[in-house]
Amino acid sequence: MKIVKTKPELCNGCGACMTACSKTRYKVEDPQKSAIRVKENSEKPGSYEIIVCNHCGECIPVCNTEAMHRARNGAVRIDDVKCVGCCICVGFCPNNAIFTHPEINEPIKCIACGACTRVCPTGAIYMEEK
Amino acid sequence: MDLLEMKKAHKLLARMDYELGKVEKGYTNRTLYINLSDNTIKTKPVTEQMKEIFIGGRGFGLWYLWNAITEKTKWSDPENEIIISTGPIGGITQYPGAGKSLVVTLSPTTGSVMDNNTGGYFGPLLKFAGWDALEIQGKAEKDVIIYIDGNSGYVTIEEAPLEAVDSHLAAEQFTAMYADSEEDKRNVAVVSSGRGAENTLIGLLNFSFYDVKRGVPRMKQAARGGTGTVFRDKKIKAIIVKYSGVKGDTNGPADKQKIIDAGLRLHREIYELDKVQNRMREVGTAHLTEIMNDYDLLPVMNFQYGSHQDAVKLSSDVFKEYFTQGLPDGCWYGCSMACAKAVDNFELKTGPYKGQKVCVDAAEYETVAGVGANCAIFDPEYVIEANFYCDTYGMDIISTATSMAFVMECYERGIINKEITGGLEIKFGNKDAALELIHQMGNGYGFGKIVGQGVRRMKKIFAEEYGADPNLLNDIGMEVKGLECSQYVSKESLAQQGGYALANKGPQHDEAWLIFMDMVNKQIPTFEDKAQALFYFPLFRTWFGLNGLCKLPWNDIEPADNGLTDEPAKVPEHVRNYVDIFNGVTGKNITKEDIILQSERVYNFQRIFNLRMGYGTRKYDIPPYRFMGPVTKEEYESRAERYDNQLKELGYDIEGKTVEEKIKMLREYREDQYQKLCDAVYKRRGWTPDGVPTLETVKRLGIHFPDVVELISKHQ
Repeated sequence: MKIVKTKPELCNGCGACMTACSKTRYKVEDPQKSAIRVKENSEKPGSYEIIVCNHCGECIPVCNTEAMHRARNGAVRIDDVKCVGCCICVGFCPNNAIFTHPEINEPIKCIACGACTRVCPTGAIYMEEK
Repeated sequence: MDLLEMKKAHKLLARMDYELGKVEKGYTNRTLYINLSDNTIKTKPVTEQMKEIFIGGRGFGLWYLWNAITEKTKWSDPENEIIISTGPIGGITQYPGAGKSLVVTLSPTTGSVMDNNTGGYFGPLLKFAGWDALEIQGKAEKDVIIYIDGNSGYVTIEEAPLEAVDSHLAAEQFTAMYADSEEDKRNVAVVSSGRGAENTLIGLLNFSFYDVKRGVPRMKQAARGGTGTVFRDKKIKAIIVKYSGVKGDTNGPADKQKIIDAGLRLHREIYELDKVQNRMREVGTAHLTEIMNDYDLLPVMNFQYGSHQDAVKLSSDVFKEYFTQGLPDGCWYGCSMACAKAVDNFELKTGPYKGQKVCVDAAEYETVAGVGANCAIFDPEYVIEANFYCDTYGMDIISTATSMAFVMECYERGIINKEITGGLEIKFGNKDAALELIHQMGNGYGFGKIVGQGVRRMKKIFAEEYGADPNLLNDIGMEVKGLECSQYVSKESLAQQGGYALANKGPQHDEAWLIFMDMVNKQIPTFEDKAQALFYFPLFRTWFGLNGLCKLPWNDIEPADNGLTDEPAKVPEHVRNYVDIFNGVTGKNITKEDIILQSERVYNFQRIFNLRMGYGTRKYDIPPYRFMGPVTKEEYESRAERYDNQLKELGYDIEGKTVEEKIKMLREYREDQYQKLCDAVYKRRGWTPDGVPTLETVKRLGIHFPDVVELISKHQ
């Protein structure tokens, strides 16, 4: 499967990826509803950290509703019907790459659709085989 | 027998259709009342006053029971109730340990009010089905079930003659019967008991939760004080609630983000630190066995000793091999502490289910220490087998274990013999005899009929019928207020002696566990320090039971820097979390001091409830001497250096004194210390020297209802 990979050194912090993600997933342009996050490095202004799920699957066994699962295409996804919004997966993500928003009951997580990579102007994020 | 046949045999006795409710800020604002004598089903309002004073959970249970019974009511009278309620926080999915059900009833063993705090899905699903509490009164003529459908909006009482009584089967049958599909099973929660609850006074309730990974209903227990015995006496076979649609906001929180933030802080802590702290995710509370053994606190041979060379055979590493690893063992959604461990495919070696392979919810520390070390049986498979049968028979494993340990000591001391036990050689270490006794208790025959009545009644029987020395029995029978002691040796911690014996329902560690603060870390040296600890901690822990919370995520995981805080024993950061989630749910703005105030109201009310039932004064707070010190020569000698040194430090001349003389000296001192502790605690709690809340205290707390004032006025 292809997942989102990053080259943070190319990132200019424009945030287009976050907007694209929230638009694709929740039909709104709101970086707080994005499954990819770009953060400026506080100690090094002008440089950025890109946080996005690498589909390692460590969140799958901690979910006690089996909402978190590996989909046929290999991506780790949340079944919104099964999910009860407990957010254990968020706390147990080794990369802190699952997010929450008070208006959304389920955690916000990358589904490897690639929408963010298509709008990145610098090539800082791109799809590549896992 | 198939489920269709079982369901077809049901006879509808009553049905009430109701408007589906909505949970707002943690409350549905109504209670479901059922009377099984006349098959009444009705709605009762939950008032603002109830919410303000009693909060929910155990508080609601106490209030309803107070209004339902009189001082003359006995546990088996129809007016006795079983009340189940979670609490305003109960049912949130984002914070570990937030799905507890609280059960209140009048106890068969203590004769007074009993409260239990259990996991499983019932309490939260009951609330989401539209009910803050379920209040059951009356007695049915034949076995019945109560079914609450929280999606379609109806409640039924049905005769149900064919389903199993034993819980592992009952939970499975009712879950399958009321679920529409395999996926739907997690939306069904069953409360059931077992045959042992009919045949003993120590019956428990099993609260189910469907484990989607294992494909079986699991169970947690509301175990103490014979709650299951009341349940079966009312001829209830099961209570079933069904609600599908649990989401992160089903509890209607005022500020969900506040709850999420607190939850994420704790999830992350557990993720990072559990593996280096208590390993709750790997072995649950079983990690305590070796710690207690190391600190001489593990009860061995009916609390005579605090450690044993074979305890290593019951260590957490041994049980880890039995517990299936890597599964999300939370007993409500969102519990990343996941301490509800289970043994899969366990083949039973004895009893009616011999040869069957079962999933056993085993084994917690209390079980390991109780049926294991306290009975000097250091065999993990026996512990798992005993665990299974106590649960499915519906018998409290703490009371079973403490009662068995008591009869083992009585047997070894010649107080009882084979003639009395019906041939059972019930010695310490005899696992076959122990399992046989559990089956006798569960099935109500032989010597098991006597043991199933608990320690208090056995003491009476052994003294009156078998001529035993009542003084010795009173010294070694580990019960207070009629409830058997849970599994910690309190001899060397005065504060814990109070923690046990002053506890409202009897000696259960859920009120206060102060041994390390007191004995190991020596943080509370004076009477005033101990009294303050016995003011704060029982109240802080009471609060969990008002809100549908579990105690374990409070201090079985600690922030990395907890040791640097002013009061590490309180785990200040987690207290902040509790303030946040209460405010996040209810929209109120309480402080950490309000937590204590909320509890103080309910705690004092429960103390007064004991008084109303004929107890609740100083003389009922005095434990058997074995809680305080060595009763026998062997016990003294096992810690001779410690005891000799203590006597010398106190100025006693022990030169040339016999062990018996030294035991007497130590006893005089320790019993006097305990009385002084009571003096200090009563004063701190705002009670009279006889242990009754003063009028001033009840007025300050706002619980000066006319009948409360009338009652305590007689004791001022």
